[in-house]
Amino acid sequence: MGNYHHPEIETMPRADIEALQSARLVEAVERVYNTVPAYRKKMEALGVEPRHIKGIEDLHLLPFITKDDLREEYPYGFLGAPLDDVVRIQSTSGTTGRRVVAFYTQADIDLWEDCCARAIVAAGGTKKDVVQVSYGYGLFTGAAGIAGGAHKMGAMTLPMSSGNTDRQLQFMADLEATIIACTPSYAAYLAESIHEKGMRDQIKLKAGIFGAEAWTEEMRHDIEQSLGIKAYDIYGLTELSGPGVSFECEEQAGMHINEDHFIPEIIDPKTGEVLPKGSKGELVFTAVTKHAFPLLRYRTKDITQLNYEPCACGRTHVRMHKPMGRSDDMMIVKGVNVFPSQIETVLMNQGYPANYQIIVTRVKTSDNIEVQVEMTPEMFSDSLTEVSKKEKELVGALKSMLGIYCDVRLVAPKSITRSEGKAQRVIDKRNLY
Amino acid sequence: MNIQQISVFLENRPGAMAAFTKLLQKNNIDLRALSLAETENFGIVRVITDDPMTTVQVLKDGGYICSLTPVIAVAIEDKPGALVDLLDTMGDAGINLEYTYAFLAKKANSACIAFRVTDNEAASKLLAERGIKTLGQEDLPALFE
Ligand SMILES: [Zn+2]
Repeated sequence: MGNYHHPEIETMPRADIEALQSARLVEAVERVYNTVPAYRKKMEALGVEPRHIKGIEDLHLLPFITKDDLREEYPYGFLGAPLDDVVRIQSTSGTTGRRVVAFYTQADIDLWEDCCARAIVAAGGTKKDVVQVSYGYGLFTGAAGIAGGAHKMGAMTLPMSSGNTDRQLQFMADLEATIIACTPSYAAYLAESIHEKGMRDQIKLKAGIFGAEAWTEEMRHDIEQSLGIKAYDIYGLTELSGPGVSFECEEQAGMHINEDHFIPEIIDPKTGEVLPKGSKGELVFTAVTKHAFPLLRYRTKDITQLNYEPCACGRTHVRMHKPMGRSDDMMIVKGVNVFPSQIETVLMNQGYPANYQIIVTRVKTSDNIEVQVEMTPEMFSDSLTEVSKKEKELVGALKSMLGIYCDVRLVAPKSITRSEGKAQRVIDKRNLY
Repeated sequence: MNIQQISVFLENRPGAMAAFTKLLQKNNIDLRALSLAETENFGIVRVITDDPMTTVQVLKDGGYICSLTPVIAVAIEDKPGALVDLLDTMGDAGINLEYTYAFLAKKANSACIAFRVTDNEAASKLLAERGIKTLGQEDLPALFE
């Protein structure tokens, strides 16, 4: 049994959680229908009215919201509260198209910070802790969420923002930071710098809360070993608040979703059908308590699965697996779901650059998948046997990740074509559609 | 004494070797020796030139991945049995050959053999003890006059 920020909510019996969700959902649908014309239009198109939604069992009747919908209605189309009541915006980076701007009332910020406070407490945080916030401050949600959460649970925050590693380490040592929040790749970088500078003895960290990018169990292990801490995963989306939609407890076996605010569903990304409990599919969230940006049935495009088994930590909220890929990238090869992100993870673990191309072909009825990787000076050796060995290791690692055999082809540097700086990762020559 | 061999990664596809040799030709680099090892998917081409550092620079600028590998080279008499004696000497001393290739010097009656062994130093020492002279980088131009 661990510590909780909101024990009565975090350990609430399942039946009570569902009753609370149902009541909040009915209220949210009524409110959104009346304040967000873009969503009302979607409901009308399906012939759904607020009176049809009597509880979470009716959630599946509601229309989805996609990121494209948000882009089309940019900036105010999904605003659910008068602008007078809005006190803050945050935004996505917009690297893959027009950015999304999310709006917050003071109550929206409070509930978001509460979610982050739960995450910090679950990572062992108390009022005595010093939380170093090394996410970038500004439009991104990472720093604002964690810092706000730390204020709520009463720890002292060091608002370091990202970058300036020397200063990060100086504050970490001088003010004896015990918890660090940043991206996992920055944590790995800080760990390396600490060892290079011989500062390991001056560092008092006990835990890290890492999110905002994909990371593997191997990375977790390396960071934990190198810094002597426990590394916790945290999940969130700007569209839903930011970090803290779900978080890991001391069991480190899936992230507890803050279900009193966010109702999760798993759907088939192709058909939109809700899948049975425990299935792997696309994660959809309904935010039932947010007012300024109240998204109902928002498609995250993250592929994951939910675990309703009771957790040893005592929390009753459902756990989600770390996202295993993106629904828009999913391919079916030899009858198996394959995500480019899985292949990328393997390449990175094996020391290859993340510049790769996946070529899928079909000979008669049999699929073939070839992964082309650019050779690097570090991977090259004068010995044919050495290079072949690395190639075979890569084939083996891909097989164990994907469950199917992939051909590997080492290609010359810079030979994978890039259009506008971004490489086309998947070339599917099967003409399936 | 060693010779700095340049090992280069090549994709196994039509034209890869031609493009590689064209680049060297364009930069007036004479190949003293060339050997190709390949698998189904890729190849490693190994070359010896008079000026390995310049060759490496040209290749890197051309986008190739390459590395320098010290190899042992000896000039042997171009007559039957010469190579057998040499290999026996190495084999008897327990020196493991990773690969070897021959190249012809212009100087009359002289063949050269390049060896990549697990222990360059031991091999050089052994050959010196047997009175077999190993070639250095500076010996190359004379062989090709
Ligand atoms: Zn737990």
